[in-house]
Amino acid sequence: MTDRTAKLRRQSLDTPPSISCERARLITEFYQANQGRYSTPVMRAMAFLHLCRHKTIYLGEDELIVGERGPAPKAVPTFPELTCHSLEDLKILNSRPKTWYRVDDSCLKLYEEVVIPYWRGRSMRDRMFEELPSEWKEAYAAGIFTEFMEQRAPGHTVLDDKIYRKGMVDFKRDIAAAISRLDFLRDPEAYAKREALKSFDIACDALMLFAARHAARAREMAAAETRPQRRGELLRIAEVCERVPAQAPRNFHEALQYYWFCHLGVITELNGWDSFNPGHLDQHLLPFYRQGLADGSLTPDQARELLECFFIKFNNHPAPPKVGVTAAESGTYTDFANINLGGLLPDGSDGSNEITHLLLDIVDEMHLLQPSTNLQLSRKTPDAILKHALQVVGRGYGFPSLFNADAVVEEQLRQGKSLEDARAGGCSGCVEVGAFGKEAYILTGYFNLVKVLELTLHNGVDPRTAKQLGPHTGDPAAFRNLDELFAAFRRQLRHFLDIKIAGSRLIERMYADHMPAPFLSVLIDDCIQKGRDYNAGGARYNNTFIQMVGLGSITDCLSAIQQACFDPVENGGGPRLALPDLVRRLDANFEGDEVLRQRLVNRTHKYGNDDDYADALMLRVFEACFEEVDGRPDARGGHYRVEMLPTTCHVYFGSVTGAMPDGRKAGRPLSEGISPVQGADRRGPTAVIKSAAKMDHVKTGGTLLNLKFSPGLVNTEPGLEKWAQLVRSYFRMDGHHVQFNIVRADTLRQAQADPESHRDLIVRVAGYSDYFCDLSPELQEEIIARTEHAGF
Amino acid sequence: MRRGLVFNIQKYSVQDGPGIRTTVFLKGCPLRCVWCHNPEGIASEREIVVLETRCIACAECRRACRFTDEQPGEGPLPALHASCDLCGRCVEACPTQARQIIGKEMTVDQVLRVVLEDRLFYEESGGGVTFSGGEPLLQADFLRQALAACKGHGLKTAVDTCGLAAWEQLASVVPLADLFLFDVKFVSDAKHRQYTGVSNQLILSNLRRLARVHSSIWIRVPLIPGLNDDPPELEAIAGLAGSIPSVRQVNLLPFHRTGMAKARRLGRDPVLADLSPPTQDGFSAALAPFQQRGLLVKIGG
Repeated sequence: MTDRTAKLRRQSLDTPPSISCERARLITEFYQANQGRYSTPVMRAMAFLHLCRHKTIYLGEDELIVGERGPAPKAVPTFPELTCHSLEDLKILNSRPKTWYRVDDSCLKLYEEVVIPYWRGRSMRDRMFEELPSEWKEAYAAGIFTEFMEQRAPGHTVLDDKIYRKGMVDFKRDIAAAISRLDFLRDPEAYAKREALKSFDIACDALMLFAARHAARAREMAAAETRPQRRGELLRIAEVCERVPAQAPRNFHEALQYYWFCHLGVITELNGWDSFNPGHLDQHLLPFYRQGLADGSLTPDQARELLECFFIKFNNHPAPPKVGVTAAESGTYTDFANINLGGLLPDGSDGSNEITHLLLDIVDEMHLLQPSTNLQLSRKTPDAILKHALQVVGRGYGFPSLFNADAVVEEQLRQGKSLEDARAGGCSGCVEVGAFGKEAYILTGYFNLVKVLELTLHNGVDPRTAKQLGPHTGDPAAFRNLDELFAAFRRQLRHFLDIKIAGSRLIERMYADHMPAPFLSVLIDDCIQKGRDYNAGGARYNNTFIQMVGLGSITDCLSAIQQACFDPVENGGGPRLALPDLVRRLDANFEGDEVLRQRLVNRTHKYGNDDDYADALMLRVFEACFEEVDGRPDARGGHYRVEMLPTTCHVYFGSVTGAMPDGRKAGRPLSEGISPVQGADRRGPTAVIKSAAKMDHVKTGGTLLNLKFSPGLVNTEPGLEKWAQLVRSYFRMDGHHVQFNIVRADTLRQAQADPESHRDLIVRVAGYSDYFCDLSPELQEEIIARTEHAGF
Repeated sequence: MRRGLVFNIQKYSVQDGPGIRTTVFLKGCPLRCVWCHNPEGIASEREIVVLETRCIACAECRRACRFTDEQPGEGPLPALHASCDLCGRCVEACPTQARQIIGKEMTVDQVLRVVLEDRLFYEESGGGVTFSGGEPLLQADFLRQALAACKGHGLKTAVDTCGLAAWEQLASVVPLADLFLFDVKFVSDAKHRQYTGVSNQLILSNLRRLARVHSSIWIRVPLIPGLNDDPPELEAIAGLAGSIPSVRQVNLLPFHRTGMAKARRLGRDPVLADLSPPTQDGFSAALAPFQQRGLLVKIGG
């Protein structure tokens, strides 16, 4: 790091996250003044233009890459048109112990007097809960599933290379051409298309205006600047902002600044999930980097400093504040921008290059919470890249995570994408696969598999509330074998997936009709060509995901039931127990039954040990999920798919799920991703990998496997080599993703006892990394409990 | 089919030869090294072990024991008692796996099935299977069959031996092993007798004879502070290793204390309870005599 970037980094780390009410004020005044004047898409674009015209321009001391979503770093705007926070919500945000955001009194006053009176009943969230059927609300309240779109907009998408070739004026030309092609004589949608295209055009203007205001501010500051060096920098910033985003970038600096303006545009327009993401940054920057070095306009040190400034910008932007269940399912400041390294080029050749190494060095040195980084590892990726990445992972900051680029291509081909589009795609958010710049791949919510089994064991009743939520699928006494129980589980699963998907389709249409995203639509093919918004199916590819949670837990539950209740006694290790008897003991949370509980924990077959007894049950659950979900139509012309990832939702889902047959007590977290139940894997990492690879990852839109290694296992050259081979082996078996926590349990204990001294301790949580001290106590305990694969 | 007594099969074993390996530990050892890392591998019979960290003191073991009347006190049973005939009822009754029987009779096929589970990892990493102990040559017939079965499936094989065996037995596995991991504790016979309970004459002669008929040997030296880390002893070991052309690598294995906890769990008193592992400085000093002779030497496997 240079002095400049060290200072900017420190500032980014030390500034407390706060809520800024500026956006809420601007958006409310715009809607109050203009309600009814425009079509919905144009209204949204005009609102975006209003924001870009009036929001505070921040240009910080020493910055080279400029622009903030809020009025200053770490100041986070709200989106009352989506979720109108109550005063109570704001007070909770200000005071909760984890992932708090400072809220000042003027903000509370503005909400009380202006924002809430206008948006209450008009916000998407309020309208959604008005529209959703009671069965949906009951299942949601019981913790059977969550809903992504109740506080944040669809997003989840990633940019490709188009902005490095085209400026906003070029996009405007494309839009004008698309308008001129409209056939009002024959196409009944011509008007809708024209309104969409008009909104895209306005959004381009808005971003150019936003950049021009930065240029003007930089010139003003330069005029007042006495230090010649800084004056020169400010003038350069002005030149850059006068060039991009209007025109295509000519150099490395312009390329980074252009992306950053696009990023700010997307996350200012709406608060879409996973913010936004430059995708294959090393590939995109390579031509600018090489050209700069060749013509002498750029040195490697300058490139590095600019990239460091760029990284700090991501860290300045904590996720929009979440409340309630959404805060529980994604309890983190990180906003999931996940930069892809390596991977493949569209022609199928290796995509890694010298910038891949440069970015890995920066990740290593800066260890910021944001942005996330991942290595797309293909068969063609050199070992030198993998080992460099593992050296960085070995420091224990959890980055980068590792993805199987070849499987990522296969997964997309199965979904019907072209080979080139699939190769240009990659992963974003936690582990989600998409065709960058060409797809709306939208996550709709987590789904609690273990809760559904709990309901199955209670004939459709949720024992927590005694409500009959699911169909009557039989009393436990009626099941004569596991097949009969599983058939009942399958009926319950279908019942709740029907409810979830019906609700999601309704919500998708509400976004399509009421909350288009004109600026994002400019950036994603083929919204302009189709004259259709991103949220309405304008993207070339559309996929919609349900994320299944608790695979390890439900597998171990079924395995324990099979062994304790149905296997012949001589075969199993346990005393033969009638299923209703087992359920009674679960209802009592194993009170006075510790010996039985311990037997269930320790003496039954567990997923994660390359043991087919358990793994076959895992496959059965996975296949059931896949068959019930995959291929169902979504409301944007695409299809529903499954993903296997939890973020932090396995903790929330565990908190609403009672004691279960795997010996887990009521309220404890479920297993996360496709990882085994915490501590259930006892045969080392190769066995975990073998178990996990038995699932057909290619049928998913992403799976998440977490392994915890102690540093001693990986900090030698032979250790690193074997670690790299372990990863290659998993990917040879079509594993989708693996991430490693390299940390000792005693370090984590020290951090719990003395958080002050361990503020920078970052651990892999589930698909992303987070500050350990910011995690909930339960999640901290869980990270500690995850099997530490100590040296042998 | 012949059965072997196996006390552990360790996957992702990264210190017992090249690549990712599975190490099969055969029970029984002719040496009594005072620092022993694997005391559960010494006896050639099955034994009961108690993992105190897992015991919840439910005393299910006591209720299951056929000799409860002869057991004084109450609560969980100790690992050892005179009447125990290893019937396994207490182990079966234990809900937490705190009580375990160390040592399992396994056929070659059973061992092979486990070893083949990680085949893809071996292929990807140039790894394979290592037979260790205890001393695997104490079960030479079983070892030979198991090695032959592994070779039959195209796996790379290694034998980790203390070297104390009849030459004919060692010679019989030479064609079946791609690599020998050969332990050398002391060149000084007096010290060898004092700290391992046996002379090293046969061991060293076996090493020299092996080197004439096998081209790939890694010498493994447990580095025990105060016992064999003094310059004369390390010089002597390095001199020996340097004089044998088949020696491809030397691994110095630092003493660690896990053996002490394991001994306690077997109901035994560890001998070197107070010894500390070697320091970084100790490593550099220990490496020097090997490096001076141009040997490839590593700390750890």
